[in-house]
Amino acid sequence: MKIPIVYNVRSLARRPVSTAMTALGVALVVGVFIAMLALANGFKMALVRTGSPDNVIVLRKGADSELSSGITRDNAAIIAALPEVAAAADGAPLASPEVFVPMNVESAGVGEAQLVVTRGVTARAFEVRHGIRLVEGRMFTPGRDEVIIGTAIAPKLAHSAVGDTIHLAGRGWLVAGHFSAGGSAFESEVWGENDQLMPVLRGQVYQVVAFRLRDPGQFDSAKRALENDPRLQVDARRESEFYASQSTVLRTILNFLAIFITGIMAIGAVFGAVNTMYAAVASRTSEIAVLLTLGFKPRSVLASFLAEATVLALVGGLLGCLVALPINGIVTSTTNWSSFSMIAFSFLVTPRILLEGVIFAVVMGVVGGFFPARRAARVPVVEAIR
Amino acid sequence: MKYFPLVWANLTRHKRRTVLTTLSVALALFLFASLRSVITTLHAGAEVGSESRMIVQSAKAIVFFLPMSYKERLLAVPGVQAVTWADWFGGVYQDPKNFFASFAADAESYLDMYKTDFTLPADQRAAFIKERTACIVGQHLLEKYGWHLGQNVTLQGTIFQGDWTFTIRGVYHATDPAFSEDALMFHYEVIYERYPRWVQPGWYVLQLKDPALAQQVAATIDSEFKNSTDPTKTGTERAFNAGFVTMWGNVSFLMNSIGMAVVFAILLVAANSMMLSARERTNEVGVLKTVGFSDRLLFGLVMAEAGIIALGGAVLGLGAAKALYRPTDFSAMGFLPGFDVTAGTLALGLGIAVVLAVASGLVPALNAARLSAVQALRHVE
Repeated sequence: MKIPIVYNVRSLARRPVSTAMTALGVALVVGVFIAMLALANGFKMALVRTGSPDNVIVLRKGADSELSSGITRDNAAIIAALPEVAAAADGAPLASPEVFVPMNVESAGVGEAQLVVTRGVTARAFEVRHGIRLVEGRMFTPGRDEVIIGTAIAPKLAHSAVGDTIHLAGRGWLVAGHFSAGGSAFESEVWGENDQLMPVLRGQVYQVVAFRLRDPGQFDSAKRALENDPRLQVDARRESEFYASQSTVLRTILNFLAIFITGIMAIGAVFGAVNTMYAAVASRTSEIAVLLTLGFKPRSVLASFLAEATVLALVGGLLGCLVALPINGIVTSTTNWSSFSMIAFSFLVTPRILLEGVIFAVVMGVVGGFFPARRAARVPVVEAIR
Repeated sequence: MKYFPLVWANLTRHKRRTVLTTLSVALALFLFASLRSVITTLHAGAEVGSESRMIVQSAKAIVFFLPMSYKERLLAVPGVQAVTWADWFGGVYQDPKNFFASFAADAESYLDMYKTDFTLPADQRAAFIKERTACIVGQHLLEKYGWHLGQNVTLQGTIFQGDWTFTIRGVYHATDPAFSEDALMFHYEVIYERYPRWVQPGWYVLQLKDPALAQQVAATIDSEFKNSTDPTKTGTERAFNAGFVTMWGNVSFLMNSIGMAVVFAILLVAANSMMLSARERTNEVGVLKTVGFSDRLLFGLVMAEAGIIALGGAVLGLGAAKALYRPTDFSAMGFLPGFDVTAGTLALGLGIAVVLAVASGLVPALNAARLSAVQALRHVE
């Protein structure tokens, strides 16, 4: 027969200070856990959203990032002529050759220079790349020294308001507009026209060519055609996978930190729960003896105390979720070590992370409650009731 | 002191509770010391590098080369004693996961420039300089991959395409632990020969005659090249390194916030355990008061108990952090060379332990002191 859970909840409520302290301890651990995962997740999503599964990105063979890639003009033309490349409304191939260079740009406030990705594009880029939308101002004019700036990075740079002149690559550029890109890493970039940027950046060479597949299923055949073409020395990657892979270095660090820090904190919190539950068992020895005398099985007593510890931890876990929730959406910035440039992104709390936090709390409760619960189940009835 | 046996008896009555509480304090302070050491190591990294050396890089961005012709012009700037240059190579060894610093430099002038920062045996130095395809590696890197002198190492270029094979002719030791031993250096000529129309120096290093000239030299150089196609950005080596540290963004803030959450969480655990103990001993307090223990003494006894737990935990946790990181050469995959727990961190940790002791012991101690003997004895069965 099961002991009703109400018994445990009432028992917890009878010693409010001790319950609150233990639950709060668990809450802090869960809060930190969620915050760190949200940070790692926010960074990852910024890069994952940058790519699309129906796009292919072509880099020079062996290049591990856009920064270290290089593709000549003739090679870019060969790539665009591939039969797997989708056609735009006007019949031209949906391919976007791009220049990619991290440039020193004066940052807002302190005035120090920071590396910011500068991407040279053609009008086609806005069809090939997903979700790029002007939110302020207008598009840069072809043939002019004009740029548009991503909404995530704009507030962090000096002279970045629409109509200002931003200093870049030893020249002044008129800021024509600001664009958003669905929270992707593009929002941390400055975009200008290829033909304007190329000469001042790295000479007559593109860094990457991105193109839309006519049919997403044709990725393998496109990849084979490009990588086996004797005229080209390139690697073709699915865009979504490529950008996700660009987050690996920092994500490894963040995930390691999350596990290391919350792991140690969790052990401390479990110790706290163990103390609390042992004290609870000790002060309720006679109560437990009564339960056993009434005919409750030791197994039920064990389950009951385990449930009590779990409820305690669950309260803590839910509290931790509540504490951590407001960090969702807070914008922070760091360096993306794949391009050495600044990337701004926001903490991203997902239901999955919250659930993981709650599960984490429950595990802490079960682990911390097990030995005290076993002690309770083994209370010697005759002695205890005397 | 004569009351120590009494305090000890109280602590050992619930051995498990005392041990668990002490351990959770130890864990918290271990974590605190680890997190704070990330910050102090980063800051120490920002202070590596001399004030009498300057780095000249492209003002456009670090990825741009500077013309080779700048070498003579830089040497001609008043106050500059010596010039060397290098290029970031960024190769990977066998697998992209095996990433370490690799760069090409003008061997002789580079080794001269940095001769006080690392040691390299004279015969190895001569062997390295003599052989075009030779390289030198840091001691730590050598051990990490189990290399030995004379071995050929092949790197895959990420910026400079292709496979590049070098023979290890020298192993250097850093004289300052914050100077990375996780680097591989080879001859500038090697990349120049393969890409003669493209490769030029990535950055120049200048030795100043006098560190006081730094600002003046920087201004002279930057204004000289200001209107050329390759403007320069000149700063001291220390400022250059500090620039990399700021690239991490607000790590300090993140580490500090987590550290505070950790300390607070453990405070709850410790305080809870002290309160549990105190509550169970209410009647004893009554007995002690009846036999003549003063309020102040009882207050002191409870505080002493809290103090022993907190300080014992602190010694354990801080000691473990100190003993773990430096001897095992922990460097977070090379991101934090010279990772160490500083004396300042240890002192701060002890300070936290004292605060922890006071905060966790205060309420139970006050209760014990304030309790009237009659009321307490009512609990005696």
